[in-house]
Amino acid sequence: MGISFDEVKRIAHLARLELSEEEAQTYTDELSKILDYFASLKEVDTENVQPTFHPLTWDTPMREDEEKPFEDIEAILANAPEVWENMIVVPKVVKVP
Amino acid sequence: MNSFDLNSLTIKRALELLNKGKISSLELTQACLERIKKIDPEVKAYLYVNEEWALEQARLADEKRRAGKQGKLLGIPLAIKDNILIKGHPTTCASKILQNYIAPYDATVILKLKEEGAIFLGKTNLDEFAMGSSTENSAFFPTKNPWDLERVPGGSSGGSAVAVACRMGLGALGSDTGGSIRQPACFCGVVGMKPTYSLVSRFGLVAFASSLDQIGPFALNIEDTALLLEVISGHDPYDSTSAPREVPVFTRSLQENKTSKFRIGIPKEYFEHELHPEVERNFEEMILLLKKLGHEVKEVSLPHTKYAVSVYYIIAPAEAASNLARYDGVKYGLRVEGKGLIEMYKKSRAEGFGREVKRRIMLGTYSLSAGYYDAFYLKASKVRTLIKQDFLKAFEEVDLVLTPVSPTPPFKLGEKVSNPLQMYLSDIFTIPVNLAGLPGLSLPSGFTEEHLPLGVQIIGPHFRDDLVLSLGYQMERELNLQNIPPIIKAL
Repeated sequence: MGISFDEVKRIAHLARLELSEEEAQTYTDELSKILDYFASLKEVDTENVQPTFHPLTWDTPMREDEEKPFEDIEAILANAPEVWENMIVVPKVVKVP
Repeated sequence: MNSFDLNSLTIKRALELLNKGKISSLELTQACLERIKKIDPEVKAYLYVNEEWALEQARLADEKRRAGKQGKLLGIPLAIKDNILIKGHPTTCASKILQNYIAPYDATVILKLKEEGAIFLGKTNLDEFAMGSSTENSAFFPTKNPWDLERVPGGSSGGSAVAVACRMGLGALGSDTGGSIRQPACFCGVVGMKPTYSLVSRFGLVAFASSLDQIGPFALNIEDTALLLEVISGHDPYDSTSAPREVPVFTRSLQENKTSKFRIGIPKEYFEHELHPEVERNFEEMILLLKKLGHEVKEVSLPHTKYAVSVYYIIAPAEAASNLARYDGVKYGLRVEGKGLIEMYKKSRAEGFGREVKRRIMLGTYSLSAGYYDAFYLKASKVRTLIKQDFLKAFEEVDLVLTPVSPTPPFKLGEKVSNPLQMYLSDIFTIPVNLAGLPGLSLPSGFTEEHLPLGVQIIGPHFRDDLVLSLGYQMERELNLQNIPPIIKAL
């Protein structure tokens, strides 16, 4: 069954990954093998089984909605690709008419 | 004290000598740094070593000790996997996308270690974003197994395992999502433990799969492992998945359970897999050892074992796809310019991520996408419940479960890296433990004829990390493997 080349390109777009044609082909082959292996899960009877999303659960812990200052803003900004004043510069996302 | 002696110390012994004033933390740290200079060019366990910083920490530790201050790890040099944040120092996750990232805060485990006076030598190599079983997926270079430089140290915490095995540090931290502490511990002949899920805070651990990840210790023996685990465990308000429970004094548990007898289960389905003959032989020896110690050994059944690899390689990549969405070139990490935002995302991620990371992100994106979610992610999550229930049922009949760690001894560099599925299948014994959230330990149990390390895995019920460590302690004393370090042939 596997996965098709076109699906790989669609998934790459969803995952925001740019792939060359060659890479897309390699991933198609590799992912197909892996996905075929997963087919065995079909034979498991999970009729009345609840999914496990976390191995251990308890009530969601709550806390007071208090502001706590983070002392080292400079350290955070130091990792940003481009900074202006104390803001991170990003490409324009709003279309200007 | 000559350099060799300083390099054969366990944490416990080092603390005794430090407290008696026979050695200083400065000497101990210098010895580790010397060792790193000599050995690391061969094995390449470290991504980052900061000598000045280490020596400064050592001087401070010696001062503290002179001033009468205490600490469970005061003055002990450790290695930290490079997906755990230490404020002010690089955290790269062995990825180009975080190559220049400097951590703005400390992980909770680091804060806890700092509070007990531990010293950090540097950051160790890993498979990129902890995705791999050999450390070959590091974007920078592979780490080598010190017992045979043509073989892998295991992964993803290969660097940490090697650091401890080569005495380039007295202990280390790693992370384990599908075996990433236990398997490299096994391949390198050291102790490695993955605690019960939620025992150790994940705050400051770069997330791979949030329902599977745990930070855990590497050490030369069980006592040191127990001490490290004691220090790093505990509830953390910054990690909402961390358990609101008291942490047992694990070092005390070892003594209390020194002669306890347990019922130990051997899962029959694990032996339906092809085991390397030396792994099989060694495992049989361990069963005999357990019987000699007076434990009851019986067969148990974990019927859904054969689905574990599929379940894991659907769930972990799905969680990873979510967790790695943040690496988009916007706020930190590599940014590659493009014609507009979407292209910036695509180019930054394409250039910043390695092959295996991209593979898993795509697998995860696929299994979560519309039309496939039910058949893959939801289905896998249901089978995960069955895998967990298998263990819960087994623990009604036995106290602990014993299994091999890996179906084979350490494999050669390059052997599996081009066959992803082959690599994934080698995780068969460690994966179910993460899926169920149980504690699991890898204990060195012997060597192959080619002198490659072998190990066994001890699995316990939730929050019975104390029992897991206790059985390990009993076995270790009986095995008496003498902790001989690997001889690096090139030296």
